[in-house]
Order: sequence, then C-alpha cells, then structure tokens
Amino acid sequence: MNIVVLIKQVPDTWSERKLSDGDKTLDRASSDAVLDEINERAVEEALKIKEAGDAEVTILTAGPDRATDAIRKALSMGADKAVHVNDEAIHGSDAIATAKVLAKAIGTVGDVDLVLAGNEATDGRSGAMAGMLGELLGWPSLTHANELTVENGTAKAKRETDEGTSDLEASLPAVVSVGEKINEPRYPSFKGIMAAKKKPVTTLGIADLGLDASEVGLAGSLVQVDSFAPRPPKSGGQKVEDEGDGGAKIAEYLVGQKLI
Amino acid sequence: MAPDPSDFLAVDAELTAEERDIRDAVRDYASAELAPRISEWYESNTLPRDIAKGLGSLGLLGMHLEGYGCAGTNATSYGLACRELEAVDSGLRSFVSVQGSLAMFAIHRWGSEAHKQEWLPRMATGEALGCFGLTEADAGSDPGSMRTRARHDGDDWVLDGAKMWITNGTLAEVAVVWAQTDPDQGSKGIRGFVVPTDTPGFTANEVKHKLSLRASLTAELVLEGVRLPADAVFPEVTGLKGPLSCLNEARYGILWGAVGAARACYEAALAYAMSREQFGRPIAGFQLTQRKLAEMVVAVNQASLTAARIGRLKDAHELHPAQVSFGKMANVHAALDVARTARTVLGGNGITLEYPVFRHMTNLETVLTYEGTEEMHTLSIGQALTGLPAFR
Ligand SMILES: Cc1cc2nc3c(=O)[nH]c(=O)nc-3n(C[C@H](O)[C@H](O)[C@H](O)COP(=O)(O)OP(=O)(O)OC[C@H]3O[C@@H](n4cnc5c(N)ncnc54)[C@H](O)[C@@H]3O)c2cc1C
Ligand SMILES: Cc1cc2nc3c(=O)[nH]c(=O)nc-3n(C[C@H](O)[C@H](O)[C@H](O)COP(=O)(O)OP(=O)(O)OC[C@H]3O[C@@H](n4cnc5c(N)ncnc54)[C@H](O)[C@@H]3O)c2cc1C
Repeated sequence: MNIVVLIKQVPDTWSERKLSDGDKTLDRASSDAVLDEINERAVEEALKIKEAGDAEVTILTAGPDRATDAIRKALSMGADKAVHVNDEAIHGSDAIATAKVLAKAIGTVGDVDLVLAGNEATDGRSGAMAGMLGELLGWPSLTHANELTVENGTAKAKRETDEGTSDLEASLPAVVSVGEKINEPRYPSFKGIMAAKKKPVTTLGIADLGLDASEVGLAGSLVQVDSFAPRPPKSGGQKVEDEGDGGAKIAEYLVGQKLI
Repeated sequence: MAPDPSDFLAVDAELTAEERDIRDAVRDYASAELAPRISEWYESNTLPRDIAKGLGSLGLLGMHLEGYGCAGTNATSYGLACRELEAVDSGLRSFVSVQGSLAMFAIHRWGSEAHKQEWLPRMATGEALGCFGLTEADAGSDPGSMRTRARHDGDDWVLDGAKMWITNGTLAEVAVVWAQTDPDQGSKGIRGFVVPTDTPGFTANEVKHKLSLRASLTAELVLEGVRLPADAVFPEVTGLKGPLSCLNEARYGILWGAVGAARACYEAALAYAMSREQFGRPIAGFQLTQRKLAEMVVAVNQASLTAARIGRLKDAHELHPAQVSFGKMANVHAALDVARTARTVLGGNGITLEYPVFRHMTNLETVLTYEGTEEMHTLSIGQALTGLPAFR
C-alpha cells in the first residue's frame, strides 16, 4: 500500500504568533517552527498501518526551506521518503490554492491508496484541506477520524465532532483527516534520527507540478486579507459568587462556552 | 536578535541538525515522561525499573556504542542526552551513565565476543540492567587498594569481598565487578568479571537514608564464594586501566550533565524572580538579584561551552583524560555554585521539593564526589601541568 501523509510546519503554539505588516501573511521568522502535533498523529497512524501489513509511507509538505526540519522529524519517526514542495510563488496561498498544490504533488508519488492529514492545522485552522483534496482528486474524504482501520481496499473511520459520532466507510483511494484522539505519536528513536538523513527527499517547484505562478500564492488565492487587528488583551474573566450553587454556575458557564 | 535566556551564547547553534534532533528527542521525552514524576521518586527514594524500557526504545542506553543493538551516535550527541536528562535529575543521568558508560562500555570494550552477544543487545533495550562495582567501603579514591579477591579454583574463578555505593546494584541482572587476582602484583593484579547477579553467593543490599541522589538506587554488593566459569573474566585487560577507561566515559557524560542541572536551577531562579513580588515589584528588578542572574547565566554558558568543546575533542579522538578532569571539575563546581545561588533567589520556597533547585543542589553533592572527587580531578590536572603526581 502506498500512503501519503500531509504534514505542515507551524509556529510553536507557545511562541508569539504574528502576521507581517507588508503582505499580511504569517510572519514565520518571528516564531519557533515545529511539526504540527496533529500531523505527528497522522504519521503515527500511517506507521501503524505499515507495521501491521506492508506500506510505503511518503511525507508531503508545501513549505519554505526550514520545513525540512519538520520533514526530518517525520522521517525519523519511521516514514520512508518525502516530497517537499518549496517555491517562493506559493507564499500567501489560501487553503484552495494550497490544496491545488498538494493535489498535484500527490500525483507525483505514483499510485496512492491513502492520503492522511490532520483535521486542522494549528496555525491556518481552516480545517478544510482533506475535504478540498477529496474534491480535487475525486476521492472520498473521511474527516475527523478518531479511529481508523484500513482493510481489503476499504477505509473505516469513526468520525468524532461536537455534533456527535458517526461511522464512515469508503473504498480506497481516499483522503482521511485524523483527530486528536486517534493515537499517541511515538518519539523518534536515535536510530530513526540517524537513518532519516539518508532517506530520499524530492524537492519540487510549482513548474515541476505543471502549475503556473498565477494559480498559487497571493495571486492565485480567493481569500485576500485586507487588514487585521491583534486579539484584544485578555479581560479580567468572570467571577462566580458561590451561594451554594457555585458548581452548577461553573458548569453552566462551561456548557455555554461549549467546553463541556 | 536578543539572546535566548536559555542559551545566551547560542552554543547549540554549533550543533548539526542530527545532534539537535537527538537533543530535542531527549528533551521532549524527559519533560513529558520523566519530569512529572521526579519529585515523587525523589521523595520516596525510588526509581522504577520500568523507565529502562522507555529509555531503551529511544536508544539512550549505550547510545554511543557501535553494534549489538546500540544506536552508535557520536560523543556530542551522547553528551547532549546526558545534559537534557540531568536537567530533570542527576539520578536519571546516573541511571543512563551506569548502564551505558560503565556496564555496557566495559563489556563492549573489554568483554569477549560471547559477553557482548549475551548482554549488550538486551542491555540496549533496557530488558537487562547492569551495574559497575569498583568502589569498596575502604577503597574509594584509591581503588588500587581494593580487597575483593578473585581466586582460581580448578578452571573456575571464585570471588569474595564487598563493593560499596554501587548504583543500580539492586536492579541489575549483571554486575561488572573488579577484583584483585594477585595481591603480590599490587594494582596490576586487578581484573574485571562479568557476574550474573543470580549467581549463588551474590547479594545486593540497598543503601538507605541518602540525602542526595534519591531518585537513584545505590547498593552494597556482597560476594561470598561467587563461583564463575573461567570465561567470566575480561580476557585482555589487567590493572586499573580497565576500570579507569570506563570511568573516563562516564565522567565525560557527567561534565555535560552538570550543565543541564545548572541550567535547570538558573531557569527556575529566573522564572521565580520575574514573578515573585516584594516591596511592590518583581524581585528580578532589584540590582542584587540581577547580579545573581547575570552570574548564573555566565556560569551556565561557560560550562556549556566547555562541554561542547570537550565533545568535539572526543569526536575527533583527541581527548586526553586530563581534559575530562578539567570538564568534570569545572562544570560540577559551576553547577553547585549556580544551584546554591538559585536557591537563595527562591527564598523559603528554595528549600522545598515544589521547585527543582534544592533537589539539584543536593544531587550535585554526589556528582561532586563520585566518578573521581573534585580533589582527584584537581590532582589529575596538576599532574598534566607539572608532570609531578601528587596523589600519594
Ligand atoms: C491572515 C492569514 C494569513 C496567512 N498567511 C499564510 C502564509 O503566509 N503562508 C501559509 O502557508 N499560510 C498562510 N495562511 C494560511 C493558509 O491559508 C492556510 O494555512 C493553508 O492554505 C492551509 O490551510 P490550513 O493550514 O488552515 O489547513 P487545514 O485544513 O487546517 O489543515 C489540515 C491538514 O492539512 C494538511 N496541510 C495543510 N497545509 C499543508 C501544507 N502546506 N503542506 C502539507 N500539508 C498541509 C496538514 O495535514 C494539516 O494538518 C494564512 C491564513 C490567514 C487567515
Ligand atoms: C550516590 C553514589 C553512587 C555511587 N555509584 C558508584 C558506582 O556505581 N560504582 C562505583 O564503583 N562507585 C560508586 N560510587 C562511589 C564513588 O565513586 C566514591 O564515593 C568516590 O570515588 C570517593 O570515594 P570515597 O567515598 O571512599 O571517598 P574517599 O576516597 O575516602 O575520600 C574522602 C575525601 O578525601 C579526599 N582525598 C582522598 N585522597 C586524597 C588525596 N590523595 N589528596 C587529597 N584529598 C584526598 C577526597 O577527595 C574526599 O574529599 C558512588 C558514590 C555515591 C555517593
């Protein structure tokens, strides 16, 4: 089986995240960059399938030079090879433009049976990539999977969202996005880390994908950011006076915030 | 760009990508899996054996050795792993030092092929644990005066004696024991033995009431007529060269580890000083506190540079034991100073287990003494400078 895992390098959630004043895209230089944790889970799921049967796992990312760090981490966890789409023209792409790039790049990998992604990146947070890729590739997309089994040409997923749980099934090839609860990703071992640098990484530009600069980047995006404002500083919070019903009031508040 | 308070001189910028990945893997693992439980282990004076499996699957056990299931990293990577482990606790680093640099290294360097095949793969995964018995109650800095005897009986060897202060002694499946085979030859009669700890006559008793290195198990080993086959002895090495070669490996890890302990103390003090208010403002705003913070960050970064340089010398196979003495002496000394200064910044909270500083500070008292006391390393440097040995 041939699996492609989509990974994204994102600003560390602990560091301050900013947009640049110039073209209003993410200011990537100002923060530490890490492999998005949800993508570690996607890689882990691919490796479990590989270990249970037989699969080749290819990592795919569209990102700048330093995304090589994220690729290395995925390879050191145990993936076999990687494709890095790195082209200045992609800078500023919105979700649809990103999906176009990724769909073309998936095409370079050969007969792909399964594409795994995170359900939502911690920076862009559109949570749309799996759905969009399904459309572009003409494949079913199963999103928010907190359980996944792949057998006999079929993917079965348990989809868990705020609305509830449902069982999904689709024949391969398919796109699956994974949720937070799907697994606990492994730590890369030292042997994995040392093997990673010998694994093949193919770097492609948009011309290699048959795309034109006008189809991607700020130019090729439907979303244009006109202005932005920083989030207002945290307000003082809400005090609950306990008159014997403190617990109920807190629960009410949390339900209101959709936290429980 | 403003200097990173955690790495003021950007010492780690000199690392290769692979070395940084190894550092991050250990840091992530230690902070997620070990740090949350360390105070509890320290308080109850335990270290659960099952941590070995996790450390083994990461590749930490015998990581700088080649073959036999070991990862085979370079020396700098091994140092970084020690640094990140000891940033959590010296007991954890001791666990890894004893397994990898003392027990596994001894077997790897001096054991027969059969010893290596039998023990190393299982020790690399953490399935089997090892300990290293050199010190005796009456032979510490002067191990050549040891009294544990190994006698020939037919083809067999029979060991009698006792070893003291042996880390992981109660956990180990295998003990590397150094014993006197021929008192007439003095220290030249010392040889090393691979002793399965289930051999009749072998017992390990836990050393209780330690006030330092409490997240580490220390034992007395008692050997009473421990009968071993002829091939239990390390075939080629005699004299103190055997044990000293192992200690040199472990001391190398310690000089890196001390940087981690120092960094953890300094970082705790910095964070505390920023948030603790007295006289209406953060204590970090007082000049006296800033002097402490500045001196600590200098000490931590100097120690870090020392370790990095010694790492590169070791990777180039140009490291002299006196340079290891330099690193062990300087860095442990610096770490103790930083720990004591950090403790004052934390005031009353500084003496509790709620914060890591006092734990590190008491641990470092052991680190100062084991693997060659500060005085012994001073004398090694003195000998390297003058050519005049002043040990006896
Ligand atoms: C104001 C603003 C400015 C922005 N500026 C930039 C910018 O400068 N640069 C930029 O890259 N984005 C920028 N974005 C975000 C960009 O539109 C999306 O991040 C990007 O198109 C992908 O969408 P997402 O991350 O929300 O994907 P989601 O759908 O939330 O991601 C789900 C999964 O899709 C996969 N995936 C997503 N992106 C990639 C990728 N690039 N490579 C491989 N797999 C991927 C991962 O598996 C991920 O877990 C900006 C967004 C906004 C709102
Ligand atoms: C927690 C812990 C774990 C340990 N783990 C191990 C282990 O796994 N395996 C092992 O073999 N050992 C282990 N040790 C033993 C350790 O290596 C010894 O404690 C150390 O070598 C010092 O020996 P000693 O305690 O007998 O002190 P001594 O040698 O008696 O020294 C006492 C003092 O006298 C000083 N001194 C001695 N000779 C001189 C001299 N010539 N000139 C000036 N000063 C001198 C010393 O520097 C020291 O300050 C451990 C110790 C501890 C505390």
